Amino acid sequence: MRDLRKSYGDVVAVRGVDFTVSAGEVFALLGPNGAGKTTTLEILEGFRERTSGEVAVLGVDPARGGRALRERLGIVLQDTAVDPFLTVREVLTRNAGYYPRPRPVLEVIDLVGLGEKAEQRVQKLSGGQQRRLDVALGIVGNPELVFLDEPTTGFDPSARRSAWELVRGLIDGGTTIVLTTHYMDEAQALADRVAVIAGGQIVAAGTPETIGGRDTAAVRIRFRLPPGRSAQDIPLLAEAGPDGEVRLHTEDEVRDLHTLTGWALEAGIELDGLTVDRPSLEDVYLELVAGPDDEPAAVTR
Amino acid sequence: MNSVALVGHQVRYEQKTYWRNPQSAFFTFAFPIMFLVIFASLNKGQRIKDLGNISFNQYYIPAIIAFGVMSACYSSLAIGLTNRRESGVLKRLRGTPLPAWTYFSGLLASSVVVCVLLTAITVTVGVLFYNVSAPHHLLPLFVALVLGAVTFSALGVAVSALTPNADAAPAIVQFPFFALAFISGTFFPTPKGSFIAHLAAYFPLVHFTNAVFAPFNPLQRGTGFVAHDLEVLALWAVGSTFVAVRWFRWEPRR
Ligand SMILES: Nc1ncnc2c1ncn2[C@@H]1O[C@H](COP(=O)(O)OP(=O)(O)OP(=O)(O)O)[C@@H](O)[C@H]1O
Ligand SMILES: [Mg+2]
Repeated sequence: MRDLRKSYGDVVAVRGVDFTVSAGEVFALLGPNGAGKTTTLEILEGFRERTSGEVAVLGVDPARGGRALRERLGIVLQDTAVDPFLTVREVLTRNAGYYPRPRPVLEVIDLVGLGEKAEQRVQKLSGGQQRRLDVALGIVGNPELVFLDEPTTGFDPSARRSAWELVRGLIDGGTTIVLTTHYMDEAQALADRVAVIAGGQIVAAGTPETIGGRDTAAVRIRFRLPPGRSAQDIPLLAEAGPDGEVRLHTEDEVRDLHTLTGWALEAGIELDGLTVDRPSLEDVYLELVAGPDDEPAAVTR
Repeated sequence: MNSVALVGHQVRYEQKTYWRNPQSAFFTFAFPIMFLVIFASLNKGQRIKDLGNISFNQYYIPAIIAFGVMSACYSSLAIGLTNRRESGVLKRLRGTPLPAWTYFSGLLASSVVVCVLLTAITVTVGVLFYNVSAPHHLLPLFVALVLGAVTFSALGVAVSALTPNADAAPAIVQFPFFALAFISGTFFPTPKGSFIAHLAAYFPLVHFTNAVFAPFNPLQRGTGFVAHDLEVLALWAVGSTFVAVRWFRWEPRR
């Protein structure tokens, strides 16, 4: 999609988003609340009309895709909604009937871990279980492309892991996936590529390992000094955080570590909680979305 | 699945949903039957002067059939579709390949099933317990029922399109319906030429009641078709369909 824009009245929700997702790829959209993730996804799904820009989904303009396109798509919206009076198996059997080549219903029920609830009415499922059913409905049609808008929000940690397994299973089957998430570990675990969107614009894109210059960013060394010692005593440029933790950033971590530990041994000082790492995806993300006014929500024209 | 099979598939699940939902099963199915039993018992043995002194229940049974059909089509669709739209179920459905016309055909056919059941029960109860004679013409009764089901289903979809939210739905849907039932002679024929009769004639229920009553009316000679009433019904069907197509929404307003 190219230069996608979308306004709701005066509110510009998406202001020029470009990206391409190749077949078989997993693409994750990250971004703060109100960044425009759902808007972007729902334009791709054909629910909303774009204000301008070019969009092709499986080679078709989603605004004019119709039934043929929807047979190839799996859609999981941000808000869960399933008919309350049918059972898990009934809802899935009904929806499976809408597709030319559906997956076996019982297999899908097992995949999302609802095996024991198959005969339970939807209204009696917990919130997380309803969400799993929602995901099941998104894949029962055996789609080529799946949209997942915050699929694991509200999942317990083990349910999230199983959801990842499920998504990996789809990936192995060759399904293309576009998802949004607020969980960095999820993006890290699943996505081939991520894009960070803030204020309706993509502010960074790349693989989870390289986005925002993660791979080339300075290494962080963190530790605590005993009472009576301050960051100035160290023969390196370091600063103490408000919590008393001392941090230093370096491009030459081997040499600086050597200097630091040599100094500590000589002075007979322990470096509590010594950690050496690069910024996590979450660190990079937080840096990227912290706009100048810290207000990444949609901007008024 | 071919189109016809898909409609059948939909009807199956619509039926399950209908009978499991206490709101539809009680308010749109049990209600008319309750009215049937209460008023038919109260007025047993009464006669209606305006209608050539036929027994009250010979009129009331067809009138309550008309009421039941309106209830099963109009009320249940207007309230049910509003709920589905506001809860996001309709939007979810819109993301599947199910064509809109198949969805609505399924809803309509499912309503017809309920109407047929209600009619069968009402006629049976009338014949067995209230001395009502069975309709002398079946075709006009069938035509009236189908046209009524189509008209009131379309009206139900139209009203759901105009209903802003799920909380308001029962009041917006049911209050005018009961008011209409009273002025349209559901519980007692409205005196001919009265202001109320004139007012009611603008709305579809009195015409539908007439059309269902004709095949039951022992004094009515001829085919049992009442052309004028069917025409007004058809007009309402067209108008409602227009409103429904023009303003129906799959997503909640925000
Ligand atoms: N139907 C609408 N009408 C008006 N404004 C809208 C509408 N939908 C979204 N917006 C606005 O557009 C902006 C982007 O919303 P969107 O739902 O795309 O964000 P998001 O990135 O999905 O956020 P979240 O993480 O909270 O789900 C927000 O400022 C929102 O208020
Ligand atoms: Mg969202």
